[in-house]
Amino acid sequence: MRAYPQKPDAVYFFGTCLVDLFYPEAGMAGIELLEREGIKVIFPQGQSCCGQPAFNSGHRDEARAVAAAQVKLFPKDIPVVLPSGSCAGMMRKHYPELFEGHALEAAAVNLSERVFELTEFLVHVAGVKLEDKGEPVRVTWHGSCHSQREMGVRDEPKSLLKQLGNVELVELQRETECCGFGGTFSVKQPEISAAMVTDKAQDIERTEAKKVVSGDCGCLMNITGALEKKNSAVSGQHIAQFILERTR
Amino acid sequence: MSSARDNILARLRKSDPSGDLPGSDFSVMEEKTWTAEEKIERLIAMMSAVNTELHKTTEAGWPDLVAELLKQREIDSLLIGTNNRLMDRLQGAWHGKGDAPDIRLYDRSYEDERAEVFAAPAALTTTRGGIAETGSLIVWPDAAEPRLLSLAPPVHIALLEADRLHNTFWQAMMAEGWKNGLPTNALLISGPSKTADIEQELTYGVHGPKELIVLIIEG
Amino acid sequence: MSGPSGDTFRERAGLALKDGELRANFRRAMDGLMGKRAAQFADADEWQRLRGLGESIRRRALSKLPDLLEQLEENLTNNGITVHWAETVEDANQIVLGILREKNAKTVVKGKSMVSEEMHLNDFLGRHGIRALEADLGEYIVQMAGETPSHIIMPAIHKNRKQIARLFKDRIDGFTYTEDAKEMTAAARAELRREFYEADAGLSGVNFAVAETGTLCLVENEGNGRMCTTVPPLHIAVTGIDKVVEKLEDVPPLFSLLTRSATGQPVTTYFNMISGPRSATDRDGPEEVHLILLDNGRTRIYADAETRRSLQCIRCGACMNHCPVYTRVGGHAYGGIYPGPIGKILTPQIDGIGQYGDLPSASSLCNACVEVCPVKIPIAQVLVRLRDEAAGHCSRPSVKESGAKKSTVQDMVWSGWKWMHESPGAYKFMSGVLTKTGNLTPAAAPLLKEWTSVRSKPKFAKKTLHQLAKEKGLADE
Repeated sequence: MRAYPQKPDAVYFFGTCLVDLFYPEAGMAGIELLEREGIKVIFPQGQSCCGQPAFNSGHRDEARAVAAAQVKLFPKDIPVVLPSGSCAGMMRKHYPELFEGHALEAAAVNLSERVFELTEFLVHVAGVKLEDKGEPVRVTWHGSCHSQREMGVRDEPKSLLKQLGNVELVELQRETECCGFGGTFSVKQPEISAAMVTDKAQDIERTEAKKVVSGDCGCLMNITGALEKKNSAVSGQHIAQFILERTR
Repeated sequence: MSSARDNILARLRKSDPSGDLPGSDFSVMEEKTWTAEEKIERLIAMMSAVNTELHKTTEAGWPDLVAELLKQREIDSLLIGTNNRLMDRLQGAWHGKGDAPDIRLYDRSYEDERAEVFAAPAALTTTRGGIAETGSLIVWPDAAEPRLLSLAPPVHIALLEADRLHNTFWQAMMAEGWKNGLPTNALLISGPSKTADIEQELTYGVHGPKELIVLIIEG
Repeated sequence: MSGPSGDTFRERAGLALKDGELRANFRRAMDGLMGKRAAQFADADEWQRLRGLGESIRRRALSKLPDLLEQLEENLTNNGITVHWAETVEDANQIVLGILREKNAKTVVKGKSMVSEEMHLNDFLGRHGIRALEADLGEYIVQMAGETPSHIIMPAIHKNRKQIARLFKDRIDGFTYTEDAKEMTAAARAELRREFYEADAGLSGVNFAVAETGTLCLVENEGNGRMCTTVPPLHIAVTGIDKVVEKLEDVPPLFSLLTRSATGQPVTTYFNMISGPRSATDRDGPEEVHLILLDNGRTRIYADAETRRSLQCIRCGACMNHCPVYTRVGGHAYGGIYPGPIGKILTPQIDGIGQYGDLPSASSLCNACVEVCPVKIPIAQVLVRLRDEAAGHCSRPSVKESGAKKSTVQDMVWSGWKWMHESPGAYKFMSGVLTKTGNLTPAAAPLLKEWTSVRSKPKFAKKTLHQLAKEKGLADE
């Protein structure tokens, strides 16, 4: 069990490249959820990407170069919150190993200890209390593999959704199975990735939920892409946006 | 010219050091304990779940029980080893009973006995003890009770003394000091032979015995 | 070898994905195995402590491997078991042949051994006029079909009962067609009982080789392992050098982890501990027992402390049971001897990156395998290490044919990616371009083409989060 700090006055926000380019509104929602708890959000404009795509592709030096640029942007000893379990996992679990023996090792290790996935932070550090002002809706939750297995974030997102009184949460039959995104996996092994996302989409539709909610935009892009392609009635949304819209 | 052995060992010795290693904490193995009664009940539950037939009996009563079990199966001969105690008990108990099974002895080498061993419809052995956690019999074949007794015949009847039941395999091994002297063959037997290789459907009686009958001797 | 053919994993996987029957067989089988395992490890505390113990036992043994191998050899020899060492599979095959020829052995019955698959032993013996017959039911089926195992624990998992019944009808004399598992099993029992009785030699693998006592441990449910190691006058055991454990007390934790992880059983029917051939007083058992210790690339894997972690494996198969990729393509798609996640890390290391450098990338790094490995092999970490080796970017390369997948195009792509992301100015520029023009990229463009085969095109936002944050006036530091 991770030891969580007291609620701070300020946090850094690391948007992640996928949020930045494809789902900026999810990033803004995350920021607003934090500000609502009386926390000042600092957004270093120099940020870009955690480096995971290169790291996972066997290009460690390139990953380190980009990661080094990020490490330097978060010097204050305050939490760094990310709206992505996958990128949080990269920083938390892999930065120490990536910077082993490097001049920035101490800074990277220090950073890795201050990294939090958004829902984890909202539940364990900010202790948010949510009041649902939205219409009744049935949703299902998809947690990313790295959220679950690298960050240990499993129940936090669902506990937030369960706080919303008008939200009926239905579980997927294969809730913990990978959606097939895996970053470059989706284009290196497209047939297998397609089979996996097809199955995930079917699992989602079987719940008869109106929406699939996720904490990771890689998964979201993958899953909603598949749902849209088959003209599904189910739409997808990042959990930050979903919560914010219903509790404004 | 160096041998394969030399080359392999040399390469291993030239390798990276291992660095810090996690220590071995055996407490999870030490902790599992049950009472004497619980051990018996657990063994029965675990073994029954895999199609073992178990009966509680007594030192006085087991030979008649064996005769009854064989009669139920229309088996008229029983293969045993040369364990004198068993021979005496069975011969004593069955003496004069017309319908008692024929006692056959596995008392020569396999080469001389093999046809009979493979044709025997049932065999009886003692056991060294049992393991409650997994529902297992500890069998150490020896000169008196060769290996094939508990393998070749389709029915294997095993005598288990109730007070020789250990909590777990690890505890049995440690308590009895197995590392100080193992026989050429030591076995754990936990049920009749089985497979799930056909569509993962469990079927019993593959290459080992089709039936395992355990007689738990209490008092 | 039958099953999906093709030169690359991607081709073979593609074929497997189209095979509805295969996918259904695997889905059903993996679901069952996952459920059974979960029931065995319902106590999360016990699971974490036991796997921690298992990891420590395997790593301790590996850390002392050369010494333990010497101790194992000494104790086995004192117990009357002859030890042989083989660097390559060719050497191992020759040793087996030598032992068999000395005894004029013409038929060998086999227990399940993945190492013997590495050796392609059956084919080798066949070419030398010796019949090697698989006696484990799953292997028996697979051998009958002229195939290789598709799973390390359940070799015939890719076949359904109809397929097996058809095989038996074709290959077993006197078999009356039935799809009843009991009846098929009984037919196999009868056939193989004759074979055990007549065989000149038995061959087995080894699950654990105990250095402290000179003992070979075998795990099985069917009884064929005991038959192969008890009935014929000669028993030959083959194993990788990584299967050594230090002490006898190390065995029960690993045995418990193995059976519960592999098939969700608390224990297998038999646990067979062999510490010698027939003694002067024994009436049965083989007169001669041999053990062949095989390297076949393991010393190379051992050399580097990170890749050495791959050798902790106790061959339970839990990783493949939980792998979303394996479930969808089955074992044959991997091409090597070992499938699934463990195969993805072993095969490239044993057989080289040249032929198998694509395997480590055939993973979404979901970590499902890492979560269930009973000895805590950091499979995902080794996969990424192998991707480094394949791309030729490892700072201390050690894997066979390291760099064989190095690609100038890939290097350029990632160089470009680095340029775009390490400088805030470059990133701002490129992201600005993408928000304005990214959506104009046609769906048929490379990379996008694969994506859009089952998904709609991703849509670049009109403004980046950087822009929105700036507009909102968020502090920069």
